[in-house]
Amino acid sequence: MNKNQLLKFFGYKLVRFIILILVVAIFSFILIDLSPIDPVNAYLRQAAVSEAQRQILENYFGTNVPLTTKIFHWLMDLIHLDLGTSLIYRAPVIDIIIDKASASIVLMAISWILSGVIGFAMGVVAGKNKGSWIDKAVKVYCYAIQSAPSFWVGMLILMVFAVYLGWFPIGFGVPIGVKSTDATFMEWASRLVLPALTLSLVGLAPIAMYTRNELIQVLSSDYVLFAKSRGEKGWDLVKNHGIRNILLPAVTLQFLSFSELFGGAVLVEQVFSYPGVGQTAVAAGLNSDVPLFLGIVIFSAIFVFVGNLLADLSYYLIDPRIKESEFND
Amino acid sequence: MIKKREIDDKKQWFLYPANLRTKTLVIIALSALIIVSIFVCGYFIRDIPTSFISANQMPSFEHIFGTDWMGRDMFQRTVAGLGLSIMVGFIASVISTIISIVLGLFSSFNKFADECVAGIIDLFGSIPHILLIILVSIMFGGGVIGVVMGVGLTHWTPLARVLRSEVKEIRTKEYIHLAENLGRSKVWIATKHILPLIVSQIIVGVILMFPHAIMHEAAITFLGFGLPPHEPAIGVILSESMHYLSSGYWWLAFYPGMSLLIVVLLFDFIGENVEKLLNPETAQE
Repeated sequence: MNKNQLLKFFGYKLVRFIILILVVAIFSFILIDLSPIDPVNAYLRQAAVSEAQRQILENYFGTNVPLTTKIFHWLMDLIHLDLGTSLIYRAPVIDIIIDKASASIVLMAISWILSGVIGFAMGVVAGKNKGSWIDKAVKVYCYAIQSAPSFWVGMLILMVFAVYLGWFPIGFGVPIGVKSTDATFMEWASRLVLPALTLSLVGLAPIAMYTRNELIQVLSSDYVLFAKSRGEKGWDLVKNHGIRNILLPAVTLQFLSFSELFGGAVLVEQVFSYPGVGQTAVAAGLNSDVPLFLGIVIFSAIFVFVGNLLADLSYYLIDPRIKESEFND
Repeated sequence: MIKKREIDDKKQWFLYPANLRTKTLVIIALSALIIVSIFVCGYFIRDIPTSFISANQMPSFEHIFGTDWMGRDMFQRTVAGLGLSIMVGFIASVISTIISIVLGLFSSFNKFADECVAGIIDLFGSIPHILLIILVSIMFGGGVIGVVMGVGLTHWTPLARVLRSEVKEIRTKEYIHLAENLGRSKVWIATKHILPLIVSQIIVGVILMFPHAIMHEAAITFLGFGLPPHEPAIGVILSESMHYLSSGYWWLAFYPGMSLLIVVLLFDFIGENVEKLLNPETAQE
């Protein structure tokens, strides 16, 4: 791969990224501006103030400023990475997002890896033994879990492992009464197990189904028939001819699932009261904390974009056929 | 490679011999019947009697899903909630379908329109779905309208993507060029020449959209953005049961979620089987 192509690729992606974030920022801002949320009321929370003070606040929040000016100011602040001050935390939005996102990213990374590895393994086993009880079990599991609301799965896991068996604490990132910086690693990790387990169990279904179907297709192809006639069989056959073919699209698919991963994290964090960015987004939305909510929307857009970028890169870096040919983008 | 399939029509299937087509139709009809009956029952359940004597009871023959803290029968609440969910899902699917048809046909006008549609689809795909629904429902001020619009305005992307690629292919056909040369307007071509060809895609897309809409409605209500707490929605029931998890009242969460899962599965069944019937490649099997 030559350097020029790489530069062109990243340049193209950078331009796309900037346009996307601009459009997302403007789009979400307009949506929120159309909403009946009154920033002054959201700030005051029914506190009694005099008319003059309300006037000052209205000037501060710019309720009478035209929409275009507001969008312009919003974008200017965005360029300086100034996302405003959160109304519920009374702290700069960017600090809150960094704080909460680190907790979320640990959770999402663990479940992303787990769901990818387990899902792929399940898919391979099911595809290899097509029609057997294992295949049927995997299929039933995948259908059921894809139709189940992920928060309900989380609740069931919470009931079984935390309430009945009592193996894990019920929720929260750290024990009650302990500062998040003071919590020991074990205290912190034990609260991560159940949310990560839920997210992985939910997330492995698409990858398992995809791997299974692809493997069955590969195994019914002519060159596998030829390999069989040469005497290859069993696990070696699957390893040499199946997995090599399906690993790359499976990895790409897993990278493309960042959007669902984030959506699942929002619900699962809510169930387990895990102090991540998803729970913060829900709190911000419910309490009309507009700056924080918009900040999280932009953060999530960046997150999804990174996933798509990695998917493109994985194709380009792993597949020798694409590496040789020029890419068209 | 045309091979004659072995036909095993003579085989008994439950009571009488049937081919795949009949089986598919029977599956569709049965699933549809269950869903319609849930919807109709849910519509007629209005006042669920409360009795604090029989509060928080385990599932029994009298109350097969148990009772909640006000002694209401959970089975009735669940059915009512499912009926509500199906209705919200239905309205949202109609909105989404209209949007995707309009955008799909609009993309047939010229290259610029096509790029516009692709851009809008990309924009909606770049924000995680659940955040987007929250955003739209906040815009409409929450409540019933918020959740219906939130779910309705965000579920059109998969169908629109399918329609767009389908339209792209149809546009290269000879008779479209002919119609253009004859001076027909773009709208005329879109509605008379393109729309009839994508009807089967639309039908399948709508049915497969349904389960997603229902699940997202439940999720958004569970988070607290959707239907108000006094409605018997599934999301409300589940978020209420969160408070009783640590008391060990497992039936409050288990059965409603299970019923939602079954309804979603039924819709998936219908969608896949209808697709089998409508897709010319599999319809003759």
